[in-house]
Amino acid sequence: MKMSGARIVLECIKRAGVDVVFGLPGGAVLPIYDVLYDFQGLRHVLVRQEAAAGHAAEGYARATGKVGVCLVTSGPAATNLVTALQDAYMDSIPIVAFTGQVPTHLIGNDAFQEADNVGITRSCTKHNFLVKDGKDLGPTIREAFHIAATGRPGPVHVDLPKDVLVKEAELVWPDRVQMRSYNPNYDGHPGQIKRAAKLLVRARKPVLYVGGGVISSDAHVELRELAELTQIPVTQTLMGLGAFPLEHPLSLDMLGMHGSYYANMAVHDADVLIAVGARFDDRVTGRVDAFAPNAEIIHIDIDPSSISKNIKVDIPIVGDCRRVLRALLEAVREEMHEDTPSLAREARKQWLAQLAEWKRQHPFHYDWDDDVIKPQHVIQEISNLTRGEAMIVTGVGQHQMWAAQYYKFKHPRRWFTSGGLGTMGYGLPTAMGVAAAFPDRLVVNIDGDGSFAMNSQELATCHDNDLAVKTVIINNGGHGMVRQWQGIIYKGRFCAIDLGPSPDFVKLADAYGCVGIRATKPSEVVPALEKAFATPGPVVVDVWVDKWEYVFPMVPAGGANTDMILENPNQSTKEKAARAQTGF
Amino acid sequence: MQNGSEPRKHTIAVQVENKFGVLSRVAGLFSARGYNIESLSVGETLDPSVSRMTLVVRGDEFVIEQVTKQLHKLIDVIKVSDLTDDDHVERELMLIRVNAEPQHREEILRTADIFRAKVVDVTPVSFVLEATGDEGKLEALIELLRPMGIQELVRTGKVAIARGPKTRARKAEAPKKARVADDPKVVGFAD
Repeated sequence: MKMSGARIVLECIKRAGVDVVFGLPGGAVLPIYDVLYDFQGLRHVLVRQEAAAGHAAEGYARATGKVGVCLVTSGPAATNLVTALQDAYMDSIPIVAFTGQVPTHLIGNDAFQEADNVGITRSCTKHNFLVKDGKDLGPTIREAFHIAATGRPGPVHVDLPKDVLVKEAELVWPDRVQMRSYNPNYDGHPGQIKRAAKLLVRARKPVLYVGGGVISSDAHVELRELAELTQIPVTQTLMGLGAFPLEHPLSLDMLGMHGSYYANMAVHDADVLIAVGARFDDRVTGRVDAFAPNAEIIHIDIDPSSISKNIKVDIPIVGDCRRVLRALLEAVREEMHEDTPSLAREARKQWLAQLAEWKRQHPFHYDWDDDVIKPQHVIQEISNLTRGEAMIVTGVGQHQMWAAQYYKFKHPRRWFTSGGLGTMGYGLPTAMGVAAAFPDRLVVNIDGDGSFAMNSQELATCHDNDLAVKTVIINNGGHGMVRQWQGIIYKGRFCAIDLGPSPDFVKLADAYGCVGIRATKPSEVVPALEKAFATPGPVVVDVWVDKWEYVFPMVPAGGANTDMILENPNQSTKEKAARAQTGF
Repeated sequence: MQNGSEPRKHTIAVQVENKFGVLSRVAGLFSARGYNIESLSVGETLDPSVSRMTLVVRGDEFVIEQVTKQLHKLIDVIKVSDLTDDDHVERELMLIRVNAEPQHREEILRTADIFRAKVVDVTPVSFVLEATGDEGKLEALIELLRPMGIQELVRTGKVAIARGPKTRARKAEAPKKARVADDPKVVGFAD
């Protein structure tokens, strides 16, 4: 059937199984919005800035496991979207981004609102397309969704010149995608899996180190089964939180720069480290030569280029985390039947006792104050009030790390944070995508005052589209993480970090038609949160916290994970941290 | 991560979809990671929908492993083979315009003859020579012509191809063996 290119685009999005599109119209995509006027079966959420459309699509994708979609116009809209694309690329989030483009005969002509969209997004997408002919629209969009969702997921960008949207063409939607140049490997190598199983059973101090790959391949059930069967403790990366219940006795919480003392010590002392869907990011490893120095490393990952990129791996297994873990479970069961060396079994007991000891010695902690609100306390209360069941979104900075440390996640796909790129302003728009996907769940955006201000215009989107995001601003009157680094590493020469008292976030919420609540004393925290969670629609809670509270533990960049600073450092620790500061 | 191996030149053959933007994807991969391409040549293959690139890259084992894995990761890349340590033939074409003063004309022609280079343009004051060969041969020719005064030279960059199987017996074993020779290191699924 012949139809306009614009209609083909919307039909294809629907056929891909997507029901919400986040977008902002403009000249080059007007033909699409004209079709959208009375198009059935797609909800459009009008955002206030294009990056927000991209982040909302990320939130939708991460919450549902489906592909998120955003649609914006040419030129400045496409360039605004770049941050969200790079964010999705670094965190392996499947989204398809559609941008308008000037008509094909004007491309390269410096036309109004023209930018070299595919040239700009080439390095921040998994793949991108410029569609020059209407007959290619269907197959291209089909491929775009396929590429975004399969293998190591990621963002795909499709650039749509206006004339291609206007002209009529045949809608072609292939049943299946076949590409000779793209065939991800899902099943791990059986020989390698067997080797890994042997090693696992014989290990004396093993640790599972799991990341976002466990979430995106929905491998949490298999992970838990493996951990419980083998009694191997689990530490999670920032991206992996929720893959394993944090209150499970085998959980070591998060590892890395702001990870737990016991997780970092466990990895350092481990004799076998099993990395699942994690990529040995510098925020995890610290100084690489001091990372898990005594461990044989098994690495399960779908992306071959992740393997031995930062750390030399002994047993690489390329494949989908879920399928590999299933096969590994089977292999381990077989191996355990044969014989589990009793020495290893005895050593395992001592290992778990050692970890429990470290956990007891240095849990995450902060000092209570009767007069000033401690930010960690706010997160703990959010965790208590929501019983670890809420959809938690964050911005980037100290509040993000406290949320990762103190919120007790039980389930996967409940935690949404910008891990790789560290995009401030990520919180509110991503929370919109989560809320659009799950309107009946409680969505809490734990944000910073700096981070929130970067996309606070989206309160209007929340208000107009009934997206009941509860934002809790951990307001410390400045860029707290920068303050912390300047305080510890840069001799207290605080520069360009103070924010506020402007804006008044309660009045700002009010201006957007949202409910604003303020808490300035510890006794006000719980009532404010209770009120926010009970109030329908979007709410902003402005919580004034102690601005001198730092995130601990902290591994100074470039330092080894065992050099972590556990509490407010004295002068000599600061000097040591400054000297170790060779990284960033 | 460094493994301490000495950096050396690698010749990498890459089959790609013949689509616009592919060259820029490959080039972008190198610039984004700070790797340097020493030479690059591209052309169509027997199948017009496939292009073949020959890349020369300098790096230690770690860099080359990453280069091949990252190349393979590009959606439009069909196959990546590192030819360096396998039996292969490589050639480069060079055009060189050299001063041809009367007292040097004979010697230039003799040198060209030895190197089996062709004279493709003659003027009273210059010759243009066309030479093909591997890198060593072309470097040697340049050194011999340098004293006469080289005005300009241009090189295509290297093209390379794996040699065929050496004996009939081995050929009979094929297709497996032939595929291995043709495809010494398909990188990407390293397990």
